[in-house]
Amino acid sequence: MLKTFRIGGVHPPENKLSAGQAIINAELPKQAVVMLSQHIGAPAQAVVAKGDKVKVGTLLAQAGGFVSANIHSPVSGTVAKIDTAVDAAGYQRPAIIIDVEGDEWEESIDRSETFVKECKLDAKAIIDRTKECGIVGLGGATFPTHVKLLPPPGMTATILIINAVECEPYLTSDHQLMMEKGEEILVGVEILRKAINVDRAVIGIENNKPDAIKHMKELAADYPAIEICPLKVKYPQGGEKQLIDAVIRRQVPSGGLPIATGAVVQNVGTAFAVYEAVQKNKPLVERIVTVTGKSLAKPSNLRVRIGTPISQLIDMCGGLPLDTEKVISGGPMMGKAVVSTDMATTKGCSGVLLIRDLESRREEMQPCIRCAKCVSACPMGLAPNVLAKAATYQNWECAEEEHVMDCIECGSCSFTCPAHRPLLDFIRQGKAKVGAIIRSRNAK
Amino acid sequence: MSLVWIATLSLGGIGAISAIILYFVAQKFKVYEDPRNGQVEAVLPGANCGGCGYPGCGGFAAACVKADSLDGMLCPVGGAPVMAKIAAILGKEAGEVTPKVAVVRCNGTCANRKKTSHYDGAKTCAIEASLYSGETGCSYGCLGNGDCENACAFGAIRINPETRLPEVDEALCTACGACVKACPKGIIELRNKGPKSRRMYVSCVNKDKGAVARKACSAACIGCGKCAKECPFDAITVANNVAYIDYQKCRLCRKCEAVCPTGAIHAVNFPPRKPAEPKVDAAEVKPIMPQAEAPQTPAENA
Repeated sequence: MLKTFRIGGVHPPENKLSAGQAIINAELPKQAVVMLSQHIGAPAQAVVAKGDKVKVGTLLAQAGGFVSANIHSPVSGTVAKIDTAVDAAGYQRPAIIIDVEGDEWEESIDRSETFVKECKLDAKAIIDRTKECGIVGLGGATFPTHVKLLPPPGMTATILIINAVECEPYLTSDHQLMMEKGEEILVGVEILRKAINVDRAVIGIENNKPDAIKHMKELAADYPAIEICPLKVKYPQGGEKQLIDAVIRRQVPSGGLPIATGAVVQNVGTAFAVYEAVQKNKPLVERIVTVTGKSLAKPSNLRVRIGTPISQLIDMCGGLPLDTEKVISGGPMMGKAVVSTDMATTKGCSGVLLIRDLESRREEMQPCIRCAKCVSACPMGLAPNVLAKAATYQNWECAEEEHVMDCIECGSCSFTCPAHRPLLDFIRQGKAKVGAIIRSRNAK
Repeated sequence: MSLVWIATLSLGGIGAISAIILYFVAQKFKVYEDPRNGQVEAVLPGANCGGCGYPGCGGFAAACVKADSLDGMLCPVGGAPVMAKIAAILGKEAGEVTPKVAVVRCNGTCANRKKTSHYDGAKTCAIEASLYSGETGCSYGCLGNGDCENACAFGAIRINPETRLPEVDEALCTACGACVKACPKGIIELRNKGPKSRRMYVSCVNKDKGAVARKACSAACIGCGKCAKECPFDAITVANNVAYIDYQKCRLCRKCEAVCPTGAIHAVNFPPRKPAEPKVDAAEVKPIMPQAEAPQTPAENA
């Protein structure tokens, strides 16, 4: 019996069209747009000026606080301007725009393919290095990694869980990364394990990737502290709280941090980025992006420099199909539709998904028939129908009592609703309002 | 027969004893309420809109009775006549009342603002605003889903289906501020109604740089500052690439409206402009003429 999380969950069609496609390098953009806020937390502060020459890996912007991350130049060239650019949600946000000239890297970065197994740094040095290199969680939430590696006082980590679940339909970047860079990932896991000083690490992989499970199991034979844990396919298993429940059968308390269970969860892509940062001194300047869609000519896994416009990635995979209705950054469940394909890729962009017009259309909203399908689907054990109703009638007290803040916005409720009600839209609004109310109450 | 008597007497007795007890208890625990509270509440409109800042009309009445003077107390729905009645009941001076009205500061009609995307989520502005910038290139403008319309208890604000912008009915608007709170983009503002309902305002809140704003909407304020230079009363300030007219200082000379290159400044309820007087040098007037000849229809946009 394979493990999985115990409450709720849904089974969206997997559609892993780009599975098995080898990672190929995307072309360099002519102009890179590097957003200053591509992580959770305070935006980074620019440290370069217009006209400065930069190389790949040059520090462009310094972390703007404890929960923030450094941003390094993904290309070499000249800083054209420090201005605003349209982000995925259509708002103008500060960005550094670089005209690309050649591809020159900082000398301190080891670009050789040699595999370095031994890590000489101690825990503090590892955490400092991830901070310097601007590593953030690459699963999509982009939480700065160094913050996660420093548990708050009074809490200790007992286990490291690596999230290689990739439960979002369509996305295959983590899968392909494991197939190609398995050894490096395992060293990254060892480094992370050292940083938080735990003696056990578990890599959770859903069993729709049997080749990756087999491959990682073979490699992990040399690493006694690392265990590969195959998991039963269920969405949203890649959610931090769901993965902890699936792997170690512990539940994160309502309103608490995942560390309360003793687990630190890191994405498999992050583990690889940590390997590159610590062993090769390479900052986070590129990531693997799945470019996919049912009408797309060549669904692919691309190694993309941050700041490349997504239109260029789509062109590399055969161009934008005519029947495209929506372009989504991320997966179909939790990704967000972007307003323009001119948008630049960010550290959190795990996929570019093109949805055809027929699939994208929302069905007409019908009245709720109280079938409670959303209640059985909710992985947090909430009652989405009640929360959505509370938000519709602006009954924020009720929303708070019903634990709206525990919602992880996975979208299982909207996905499963037979009346096609946009439950998550309403719940998200309730979450924003209740969050503001709680913050103002705590400030008093 | 005796059965009827027993029942009548015993029940009557219980009733009488209870009445006496209740009378004394009521006397003992009587809560004194100023009788004027009820009188004041009776003259209030009873909309319980909360526009005065108190919880409902009862709350406002109690606050009026308690207050030393009525300065700063205003029922936005009833306005000056109601405040005068309250003053008469309480024997206090009514504070000076400047009637206000809700003003929608967005010019982004369907013609002015091209659609760049299509939104198919829940049809409320609050949710659309939390998801993304909106269907047009302007991330500050009206989303047109009518949260303001739903918030208005008086039916004074309605989305015009042609322009997809809300329009305020001056006669019905009580300046309670419900729409101001409901708008997630902060477009609606309460401004002085002005003499003869005439007022000037910048009908745009776009803080983007001029070129970006202009690209998104042909009638956006581009923050050029021409109006601020033109204004003889220092009523206009330009901050964050958008002009703002201080309605306390504005003297309604309409000079700013004439110089605005995008038509973002609106003048409401003014009579149509007369042709320029012959005294003025013709060369100076010419650039202004085309705009003067084709006056906007401000009353509709108010």
